[in-house]
Order: sequence, then C-alpha cells, then structure tokens
Amino acid sequence: MRTELVLIAAMAVAVCGCKRETRTFRESPPASMASDVAVSDLHPGGGNPPARSISPYEQNAWALNEGKRLFSAYNCSGCHANGGGGMGPALIDDEWSYGHEADQIYRTILEGRPNGMPAWRGKIPDAQIWQLAAYIRSMSGLAPKDAAPSRSDHMNGPPPENAAPRMIPKNAGTPPAAER
Amino acid sequence: MHAASVLQSVLAPAGPQAAHIARLWWLMFWVATAVFVIVSAFVVGAIVWKRTEPRRDDVLRVAVTLGVAATVVTLFVLLVASVWTGRAVASLGASSTVTIELTGHQWWWEAVYDDGTPSQRFRTANELHIPVGRPVVLKVTSHDVIHSFWVPNLHGKRDLIPGYTTAIWLQADTPGIYRGQCAEFCGLQHARMALYVTAESNDAFERWRMNQRREAVQPTTDNARLGRDVFLRSTCTQCHTIRGTIAGGAMGPDLTHLATRGTIAAGTLPNTRGHLAGWILDSQSAKPGNQMPPNSLPAGDLQLLLTYLETLK
Repeated sequence: MRTELVLIAAMAVAVCGCKRETRTFRESPPASMASDVAVSDLHPGGGNPPARSISPYEQNAWALNEGKRLFSAYNCSGCHANGGGGMGPALIDDEWSYGHEADQIYRTILEGRPNGMPAWRGKIPDAQIWQLAAYIRSMSGLAPKDAAPSRSDHMNGPPPENAAPRMIPKNAGTPPAAER
Repeated sequence: MHAASVLQSVLAPAGPQAAHIARLWWLMFWVATAVFVIVSAFVVGAIVWKRTEPRRDDVLRVAVTLGVAATVVTLFVLLVASVWTGRAVASLGASSTVTIELTGHQWWWEAVYDDGTPSQRFRTANELHIPVGRPVVLKVTSHDVIHSFWVPNLHGKRDLIPGYTTAIWLQADTPGIYRGQCAEFCGLQHARMALYVTAESNDAFERWRMNQRREAVQPTTDNARLGRDVFLRSTCTQCHTIRGTIAGGAMGPDLTHLATRGTIAAGTLPNTRGHLAGWILDSQSAKPGNQMPPNSLPAGDLQLLLTYLETLK
C-alpha cells in the first residue's frame, strides 16, 4: 500500500512536468535581429563576431512542421529536391556554403546567395523564414530530437527529420573563399 | 448573400439525388417510428397485464419466431431501399454536363471548371455556380487531409481523399443558393469550411462562366493601379493568383474575380471592404490557424490594396 502511494505521488510529480506545446498563429518574428549575421568566424580587427541568434522554432514541432509545409509550398524542393539537392545544394548533408546556424540560414533565404539562390525579402514573411530555417536545420539533424515535424506525404521519403543522423557541419562558419 | 436566402437542409431537396435521399430518410423515419411505437406498446402491455398462468414454451417459441421474422423483414426492406437509393443516386444521364474539379484544402475549397479547350478552363474558390436542370460532374480530391463535400440540398456526402480522385454527379432542379459544409473533421477550422453553390438558369450560368474565364480587369483609376502595385510587391503573390498579372501563387484561393464572391475565407466573413481589411491585416483573429499569415501594411497601402481588390469583378 505504502509503495503504491509513493508510486502515485511520483507519477503525479512527473505529470506536473508535462507541458502542452503552444502554437502561435499570430507570429511576431524573433525581430529582424539578424541584421548583423556573421557567415564566418573571421572578423576584421580581431574583435568578436556578433552573437548568434537562435531560432525559437527549433523546439516547437508545429513550427517545424510549418517550415516543412512551406518548404514544399514555396517550391524550395524545385532546386533543393526534398533536401537531397539538385540545381541547388543538398540540405541533408554536412556542407554549408554560408553557414549552418539559424540566423545564417535566415540570412541566406532573406538575401539570396550567388549562383542561383533568389532573395525572398518582402516575399516571405519574416516569421515564416525563421520557421523554414528551423526546418532546414532539422533536415540534417541539427535541431533538437524531441520536436519533429509530421511525416512526409510523399512515398519513400528520407527518414523522419528527428531520426535524421546528426551531420556535424564541416568547416563550420568558414566560407570556401577563406580556405584558399 | 444573406443567411435567410441560403438553404442547407437534407429535407428540402433541390435535385433528383437529394430527393432520393430525402425519400429514404422519410421511409426510415416512419419505419423507425412504427417500430418504436409497437415495441413501446408491448413493453407497456407487459407491465400492465402481468402473467397469471405459468410460462408455456410453445407460445414463447411462436412469439420469438414472430419477433425475429418481423425484425429481419424490416431490416431487409430498409436494406433494399438503401441499395436502391444508392443506385438511383449514382445514375444520372451524362449528356451536356459541366465538369468541376473540386479540391479540398485546410480550410477552403478550390474549384477548377474543366473544359475541352485548355484556355477555357478557370480556377475559382469557395463558390460554385451550376446550371439548373443540367447534370454536373464533380471530380473531388484533397490537397492535404481528408475532407468531405456535403451540400445537403443537392446530394449526400462524398469524401475528398488526398492523392485519389473520385467523381460524383449531381443536378439541381430548383434555382437557389445552397450552403455546403465540410463533413469530415479536417482540423482546427473544420467548422469554417463552407461552400456556396448557386444554382441558376443556364443563361445566367453561361454569363458567369464567361466572366470567370476572363483575366482580371485592368485597373482604370490611379488608386486601383497603385493598389495593384501594392499587391504585386508584397507577400501576397507567393500564395495567390490574379490572372493577367505576374501573381501566380497556387497555395491560396485564386483572386482573379474576388469581388464577385459573396464571402471570404470559405464562408467565414461577408466580402465587404471592412472585413477584407481585417482579414488581410490579421486573419488569425477571425479564423485561428488558417494558413494566411498576418500582414502589416501601412494604412495608405492597405486602402489602395482594398480599392484594387474591389475592382476584381
């Protein structure tokens, strides 16, 4: 009897730890704070690079899923082919031409990059770009595993994002130009 | 479009399919009523007249046999009526039809009026027009989850299944505006997923169809021109199409003839300037969870945009 009571009490305590994930439909984007984004660790004058901005959406399954929905809705797959890459670079691997951090990806989408990536500034709302950035990180296992977007609708897709192997980014933060 | 003039009732059939379904409904209603009355009478009788003599097995056997036989016959009659209704509803002459491809989205309806000539096809949303007295073929499918097409005055329900197209026929014999509703729970805004079907004379229908086929009218006033520029340089074009402009997004409803529709957001709000303004700025307060993001437009731009949208007849 004593043991059962202790067990019930323990469960009650554990249940208190449960949190319902919130879905924010009226997004206020994490500020257009990414005005100062470093794509490399090199910094002129030896100062410190600006602090990283973390996407608040990486820990929210619904927001990750919005990113996933928008990824096909805005035809990112047209060039990046569900992350495998085609005309554009692959997103499920460990190579990042312009950085793997959320704010760097945000910047890449917002401003475009040479040789094909168009700039989406003014075409995709800020909050949605952050959701896309969070989802893109989850594709190569960089987002936390406890939040996952919903399953893919296409047949024979890649493994679920939260089961994707974590790809340690190569040359993190160093653009190819700096290696030469 | 007022609520009073819009019908949504299974018991007010406006076409042959709905009439068959209504007849079956009334048959089942009267059979069920009779069964209820008879069973109640027996229960009351059994309570009032208690048995005085000992139970007799031969009488019991006859009673049980009669009861089972009556049940089987009743169910068989209903089964036959149901199958017959199903067959009757599925058969309709295929001559001179209008074909509409209807796709369910979370949470709105996309309709493409098919035509042998590709340039005569057109896309619209949330409102169907059909000619009275002519069969209409609906090819239904879904873009995301399972929805269900249900306009009670015209037909029964038909599920819209993602990746799978089915066809149903219907016909309206009485002109009117009939309200349809998604009848399969499809997410947060399932309740606000309405579809209005306007059944009208063949001439009125052809006029409507000719107009819908046209590209959007070019703005004639400066304000409308500026409003078009607001539309084209903002995020709107990512999801919405206005034929005749560079806006070609396919994620949201086609806005080419937005001003001809009576409601916005799949029957959620009347299509007035004020509601449209509220919807553009903050659609999430009217229909939380829908896929239209909030838009912060300067007041001047918003007014210009509304002026342009109101010209899209």
